[in-house]
Amino acid sequence: MYITLRDRPKTGRQATPRTKSRVSSVVVTLGVVSLMTDISSEAVAAILPLYVTAALGLTTIAYGFIDGLMQGASALVRIAGGWAADRGDHPKWVALVGYGLSMVTRAGLLVAAGFASITALVAIDRVGKGIRTAPRDAMITAASDPAHLGRSFGVHRTLDTIGAALGPLLAFVILWAIPDGYTTVFVLSLGCAVIGFALLALLVPDLRPRRRAAREPGEHPAGRPFSWRSVAEPRLRRLLIVSGALGLLTIGDGFVYLALQSRDGFATQWFPLLYVGTNVAYLALAIPVGRLSDRVGRARVLVLGHLALLAAYLCAGSATGMAGLTIAALVLLGVFYAATDGVLAALAGQLADTSVRAAAIGTAQTVVAVTRMIAAAAFGVLWYALGRSTAMLLVAALLAAAVPVCFLALRGLDPPRPAPEPEGGALA
Amino acid sequence: MTVRNRRVIGFVLVVLVVVVAAGAYGWSEYDRSRQARTTATDVDLVPADVTVTGERIVFRSTAPGDLYGRVATVAADDPGGPREVAPVACDRVDTTGDRTVCLRTDRGVVTTFEAALLDANWQPTRSWPLPGIPSRTRLSPDGALVATTSFVTGHSYMSTGFSTETVIHEIGGRDYGNIEEFDLLVDGEKIAPVDRNMWGVTFVDDTIFYATAQSQALGHTWLVRGDLEARTLSVVRDGVECPSLSPNGSRIAFKKDVDDGSGVHWSIAVLDLASGEETVLGEQRNVDDQVEWLDDDTILYGLPRDHEPGVTDVWAMPAAGGTPEVLIPEAWSPAVLRQ
Repeated sequence: MYITLRDRPKTGRQATPRTKSRVSSVVVTLGVVSLMTDISSEAVAAILPLYVTAALGLTTIAYGFIDGLMQGASALVRIAGGWAADRGDHPKWVALVGYGLSMVTRAGLLVAAGFASITALVAIDRVGKGIRTAPRDAMITAASDPAHLGRSFGVHRTLDTIGAALGPLLAFVILWAIPDGYTTVFVLSLGCAVIGFALLALLVPDLRPRRRAAREPGEHPAGRPFSWRSVAEPRLRRLLIVSGALGLLTIGDGFVYLALQSRDGFATQWFPLLYVGTNVAYLALAIPVGRLSDRVGRARVLVLGHLALLAAYLCAGSATGMAGLTIAALVLLGVFYAATDGVLAALAGQLADTSVRAAAIGTAQTVVAVTRMIAAAAFGVLWYALGRSTAMLLVAALLAAAVPVCFLALRGLDPPRPAPEPEGGALA
Repeated sequence: MTVRNRRVIGFVLVVLVVVVAAGAYGWSEYDRSRQARTTATDVDLVPADVTVTGERIVFRSTAPGDLYGRVATVAADDPGGPREVAPVACDRVDTTGDRTVCLRTDRGVVTTFEAALLDANWQPTRSWPLPGIPSRTRLSPDGALVATTSFVTGHSYMSTGFSTETVIHEIGGRDYGNIEEFDLLVDGEKIAPVDRNMWGVTFVDDTIFYATAQSQALGHTWLVRGDLEARTLSVVRDGVECPSLSPNGSRIAFKKDVDDGSGVHWSIAVLDLASGEETVLGEQRNVDDQVEWLDDDTILYGLPRDHEPGVTDVWAMPAAGGTPEVLIPEAWSPAVLRQ
């Protein structure tokens, strides 16, 4: 197999057995679970503003507000989901609760009548997403060969993002064929959620990362107990601080799209679809960039990925309005996500002790989510105080200063390549 | 049979049930929708060779059937009577007779939104894209200026929440751009709340207009008086949304949030500009529309029907208060053409 050969380190510093460098079937299955679930949630998210305004005859003001609040709640629930997964040593069960919760909200949408019930369902869906993310990423880590963790996350995020790109497309195709077919979109959404849930429940093994680690020589026979102190271990703490600092300079795609839209007719016309462009770039690049991170170091790729974000800011902040700049900005955002989203989970999973892995991944993701929210709020102030272009260029300048500092701060987090010790999971 | 095989079979069964059930539902919905859209509408139409002229009301027809969403015209003295249906569909419409602005949704694999200017024969003369779902539109009295408000529904990993974009164009001339960029003045002092949103323009003439400026952070929903030459928006008073100027220019009808708690319930109120006196009219239902004036004593607004998704009626109510009545059934976004 071509991929297998290419995956061998060129230097030959280590001889990875051929079978171990395949992506675990657990990772692929979890990726398909995420694909189905993302079709489910993104199909609804894409048409919800239209449904609320066109079918229910309401404005979207309150919706946007509540959505923002729930993004925050979702970020905090992640830590709890990770903690529960580590404590019980059954990450699959915790993930199943999260996926199940979202599935129930899809069924609820079929019978929901008013605006209040719809916002409540969207809120519960976000909580479900918060619960399942960290346990799922811990399962990906547990099922993967540590030397190829970046690639494993790349595979998972690619499948996940395919779902995120397909969902809105399917939803709009349905509305094209059936102009008032909102219920049909909800039925599609429920169907995909049920398939994703069934796939996880029936075909993903109940991995027990802590119990397996306990069998390794030198470990406590009952496995190391969960301790928050392990999450605050120095190297992890360094990752959290750097992620938080970079998160504070990540203002959100929304502002980049708005800046592009404010002066480019091309961006205005395709405004509702700009995020699809970002998603396509992301899904195309998640695997290659993940593999790159395995080769040159995950911390390095994580920090340097912010240079793509910086370039996207420059595209959005530049004074000329050209379709080419819009497309470049979308691709750069995709590069940024490919270099940061899965890679962050891989890095946190790699640094954390098995006993706290899900909690560590959840904490890292929460730090990033919360700091990005703060960044978005703060950037809103700059946006009006300085004007769109100046504000964008100022953040780009700050990011340009922060990247080298963060790069140095994370030096040494990328260990010399670890000996290949797959922690198991079914190897395809 | 191994446990694994049993599970695989179980999963395949789940997939089959889901695909068959969702497919069957989708097909029946497609069939129902196709029939609904191809069935000839039973609404009363004028004969094919007749044009409605004189004082008239132009609106979006929401009568189910093959003409759903089309722009229609009725005589002002027989608003519930037969309608003339134009060959264009719009979500929001305003007209001066020779010129019509139409905000519409282009459905497709990629759904986009646009504003179009139409001539007296409903032929497009100009169009430009909108960043989101159409919300409000108005022409200035002489038709020289057009204002459009649309939602900006960003969709990203981190949602930026709700915002609107309101732009004013001079037809065949200057583009005044997004009025969010104008200076917002409270008692002459310039302020710049970060989360300000503007919507619902109503023109006085080709320089002065009224609109809504909201900052949720500051907790204000202001009526602002805009000046296109000075590029300023001066705050007039608080608690006014979607203003609409009466034909004689003396009063403004608007949406007023009358909910005591944290919720939103819009009723209709009328403000006398000279005295500053505000009267909340007796509409108990929640109205989300920019009011239109039938004449100096009567206001018009749209309300969705309960239990009939997509169908709306245009209601009329005395501007001094009174009982609302349906003026045009199965209609939305009325624009009154006076002589």
